[in-house]
Amino acid sequence: MSILGTRVVRTEDPRLLTVGGTYVDDLRVPELAHAARVTFVRSPLAHALITGIDVSAAKEAPGVVAVLTVADMDDLPPPPPPPEEGAEPPPGSEAAPLPLGGPWAEPLLAVDRVRFVGEPVAMVLTDETYQGEDAAELVSVDYEPLPAVVDFDSGLTSQSLLFPAAGSNVALTIGAADDDAAFDACEVVVEQTIVNQRLAPVPMEGRATAAVWADGKLTVWVSTQNAQITRFILMGAFGLDMAAIRVVAPDVGGAFGAKIGADRDALLVAWAAKHTGRAVRWAETRSENLVGMTHGRAQRQHLKIGGTRDGRILAYRNVVVQDTGAYPRMSGFLPFLTGLMASGPYDIPTVQTAYQVVVTNTTPISAYRGAGRPEATAAVERAVDLFAAEIGMDPGQVRRINLVPPDKFPYSSGGGAVYDTGEYVAVLDQVLAGAGYEELRAEQARRRERGDTLQLGIGLASYVEITAADAAGGETARVVVHDDGTATVYTGSSAHGQGHHTAWAMLLHDELGIPMDDITVLHGDTDLIPFGTGTYASRSLQLGGAAVKVAAGDVKEQARGVAAAMLEASEADLELDTGLGVWQVRGDPASSRTWAEVAAHAGPQGLAADANFQSQPTFPFGTHLAVVEVDTETGKVRLIRHVTADDAGTILNPLLVDGQRHGGIAQGAAQALLEEMVYDPDGNPVTGTLVDYAIVTAAELPSFELLTSETPATSNPLGAKGIGEAGTIGATPAVQNAVIDAVSHLGIRHIDMPATPARVWAAINEATATTGEGL
Amino acid sequence: MIPAPFTYRRAWSVDEAVDLVSRDGEDAKFLAGGHSLLPLMKLRLAVPQTLVDIGRLSELSYIRDQGDHVAIGAATTHGELAGSSLLARDIPLLAHVAGQIGDPQVRHCGTIGGSLAHSDPAADLPGVVLTLDATLVARGPSGSREIAAADFFRGLFESALEPGELLTEIRVGKPAVPGWAFQKFTKRAIDWAIVGVVVQGGRVSLVNMGQAPVRAAAVEAALASGGSPREAAAHAAEGTSPSDDLNASRAYREHLARVLVRRALEDAQAAA
Amino acid sequence: MTVNGSQVAAEVPDRTLLVHFLREQAGLTGTNVGCDTSSCGACTVLLDGRSVKSCTLLAAQADGRSVVTIEGLADGAGELHPVQRAFRAEHGLQCGFCTPGMVMAAVSLLAENPAPTEEEVRTGLEGNLCRCTGYHNIVRAVLAAAGERETS
Repeated sequence: MSILGTRVVRTEDPRLLTVGGTYVDDLRVPELAHAARVTFVRSPLAHALITGIDVSAAKEAPGVVAVLTVADMDDLPPPPPPPEEGAEPPPGSEAAPLPLGGPWAEPLLAVDRVRFVGEPVAMVLTDETYQGEDAAELVSVDYEPLPAVVDFDSGLTSQSLLFPAAGSNVALTIGAADDDAAFDACEVVVEQTIVNQRLAPVPMEGRATAAVWADGKLTVWVSTQNAQITRFILMGAFGLDMAAIRVVAPDVGGAFGAKIGADRDALLVAWAAKHTGRAVRWAETRSENLVGMTHGRAQRQHLKIGGTRDGRILAYRNVVVQDTGAYPRMSGFLPFLTGLMASGPYDIPTVQTAYQVVVTNTTPISAYRGAGRPEATAAVERAVDLFAAEIGMDPGQVRRINLVPPDKFPYSSGGGAVYDTGEYVAVLDQVLAGAGYEELRAEQARRRERGDTLQLGIGLASYVEITAADAAGGETARVVVHDDGTATVYTGSSAHGQGHHTAWAMLLHDELGIPMDDITVLHGDTDLIPFGTGTYASRSLQLGGAAVKVAAGDVKEQARGVAAAMLEASEADLELDTGLGVWQVRGDPASSRTWAEVAAHAGPQGLAADANFQSQPTFPFGTHLAVVEVDTETGKVRLIRHVTADDAGTILNPLLVDGQRHGGIAQGAAQALLEEMVYDPDGNPVTGTLVDYAIVTAAELPSFELLTSETPATSNPLGAKGIGEAGTIGATPAVQNAVIDAVSHLGIRHIDMPATPARVWAAINEATATTGEGL
Repeated sequence: MIPAPFTYRRAWSVDEAVDLVSRDGEDAKFLAGGHSLLPLMKLRLAVPQTLVDIGRLSELSYIRDQGDHVAIGAATTHGELAGSSLLARDIPLLAHVAGQIGDPQVRHCGTIGGSLAHSDPAADLPGVVLTLDATLVARGPSGSREIAAADFFRGLFESALEPGELLTEIRVGKPAVPGWAFQKFTKRAIDWAIVGVVVQGGRVSLVNMGQAPVRAAAVEAALASGGSPREAAAHAAEGTSPSDDLNASRAYREHLARVLVRRALEDAQAAA
Repeated sequence: MTVNGSQVAAEVPDRTLLVHFLREQAGLTGTNVGCDTSSCGACTVLLDGRSVKSCTLLAAQADGRSVVTIEGLADGAGELHPVQRAFRAEHGLQCGFCTPGMVMAAVSLLAENPAPTEEEVRTGLEGNLCRCTGYHNIVRAVLAAAGERETS
């Protein structure tokens, strides 16, 4: 009986539950014993020229070791030259998120201009933490304010340029999507402009970095998803060889895509260590995190959907304006993915996408759980519901008619993706049945009939998403069986809550029969694992787990040869009893040899194998159904049920999969109902603390109803796709659609997210004023 | 994240506390539970030079049956109010509202005196003592005095307390008319009220409909002349000056006030 | 003050927050700082048996009192507290950053309400934010721990 597919509690937990994890700020290693504390001085203005910085008072403050500004940064190599105009991008780079650079280049410390509230301008190093804030207050920066560019429209049209050398605030324009012929041929056409609002990732651990430069080597501890990528970034930033840098990702308290590699603040901490020769450490406050860590989403989408009166969708268009914040850190990557997945799980003959990327005086935008795909799904799911409302058809039925049928896989979508495997109608029907859809609609009808204050809304979302988009780059694993019979897995993946140590140990145990307790999994230290990609894009199980399986298989074959030699038998007669964890000649239990014996026989190094599993992206899919209650007198929304079927292929550990789904649903629902990063017209963040940025608590959510569906992937030996982002992708539109559904009988067709009470009430108020109906 | 430097002093009696604060004048503050003051200090929105810790003054922590009223020590925590069987029996409105403040951790530390002295227009307890016509007792350098709740809340974070005055006791009369209700409208359960309504009998106060809690006089008058909850609630926004902010426009607050007053009055009448 | 049963004494600046005293002077880094507005609860510890946000208390306010952190929850023989056991059994943690505070809040909740309903658990944990789990399994863990206390 294989352990794979069974519910296994995590090996990570005993430590986390008794002494807690060791996050960067918890490190008490000797190298950091006398580390100075870094406190950043950040811009209080959204857009301004820096006309002077006076650090003299700050330098005199108690405990100050140094006060650093851009004037001190003369010990860095010059930045790489911008790519030549018209030069071919390296193959596959459109799938690699990279800063646009060139005239849009982002400095480390601000040079002569600040472009968002929170941009780092100076650094104060103090002996103790508490002294840092005091000293930072004494740094005096002179600013000459410039007009701030804060929203999509001003991003497109404002004459106040963030990058005068670029000549525009529009950083990219890709596609036009203006051919109306296909729509003109449709019986029914609906258009709507919607906003996928700016969010803050808010991992519970903010950003943190510690660094020391000693004996020609830079060691950096950083709360990152990618230690190896971080090392490459540091090599480029400091002109150092790989051997001169060690990067360690200790425990990481959540990331959600916002801790990919290392950002400018982390690089500055590393630089400060090298520049001063003193060990340094930094852990941001939450207020800093809300403006200093990248934000997510921030797309405005113009949607057009057309089809027949009997429900067949023939044409769909999504034209995106991506607000990328003050610096285009991911070029067009996010809206590119939105376009790639634009048509979702639907078989739509004509799909048109286009996008523009604009800079604004706000925090830069980067990946946030789903990274471009929640935006695609939220858009098409709104469009499908708008289409359904226009033709008066049940939204579930419209979906059923248009979902890609099971016999059309692999399916080439209108957005340009090739979906591997899928059972889209099956999961839709599974969720409708599991939720009791008919009875929900009946209850909704009863409440409408009675004119209840509390109306019921039922929202659907069918989705497909792309995981391991950069699967061609693969993931690494090294498996070692030591001469004492224990084993170590060195993985290129970099878990920050996902439970890889448990999952990889399960894989090794399944392959080799070594007990879970005898398996150690290591990650995130470039001294131990020089090559790897890390964890994002929901890639780790299908690539990193697959690599573990492949490497384990190699170790097994090596062991077979060694055991055969030990037993003077032919390899063909050797078998591994994975239940007992012993090698033996088939049919002769007395010949059995333990892993310890076999590994020791191989030599003091034991047995080892490396693997780099490269593959192709996979396409998990599913359906979410949300049930909300809307108080039509106040606009307040309560999520009362959330039912899902999320199919990410073969399940390795249902405990871990369900946990990922739960977390994604919560974040997805929170986007639909509560969260939004808001700026005022001058570019000041209005939601700058957790008092105002409304993270969902346990009190706002129900328990979730998860249904199981497994349609194996064909691209890896685990049959696995990625589950990490599915919840966010499916939940947001289901909840948004539910809210609108609850008040659709009043004639309301759309409400932008978040569906706060004020927004919902405004829609109800407008609708009932228009119709003259009282509530 | 870190308060600016200050001097910490600990008082072991009310007189000592008053004395320590009056020495440093404007720059000294009392520290009870600290759950209104310390958050401000951590963001450096408040920078007192001296904090006088009154957290050890057990003499200020009590809930006593005084016959026609209940006397509550100013340092009594929200958690203690919420769990008080005396209050549950005689002034259930107060026990209930205290149990809705913040979250359990906040309720273990925050005190009624601290909350009232802080005078946050979005806080719940000021609305309750206003509705219940409580008497607040303060001790200062020149002695003790009694302040009616109606005179206590002057404006945004501004109470009637003089510098150096410490709230010592809140006297709440046991309501003659049973039937109470509390409506607290929030986005999330832990949020401050976007609008709140506190009802005891025919008395109605509004939370966060102005710079201070306010009695809904027009509503009360309509009730007194026999109006139904719906009729009385139509007057809910009269005499208020709600603000426009992230969570609600002025118009939305006025609408919420009317809806929530109606619901509160219906609840109170049903419970009476 | 007594921290997890042992006396810890140190001279610190007046403005030292209890959470920093615990992390630095007491050397217990399990308790975490997750925000600066007393919103997240990652810093929750028990003070004289009741849950408090240690970031919103001065160390001086805890002087002479008794604090219990996550490190002090298991008994002397290393036997896990029922809440710790339940969090593992129900997968009530992922990245672990909110976990010490969440566990201490749950311990305090169950001390005051030994047999809570699901709604009471959800409301009782409203002062503790988690970004990873969606709270579903945390609620299950607390209910399971309550059940275990009932049957034990």
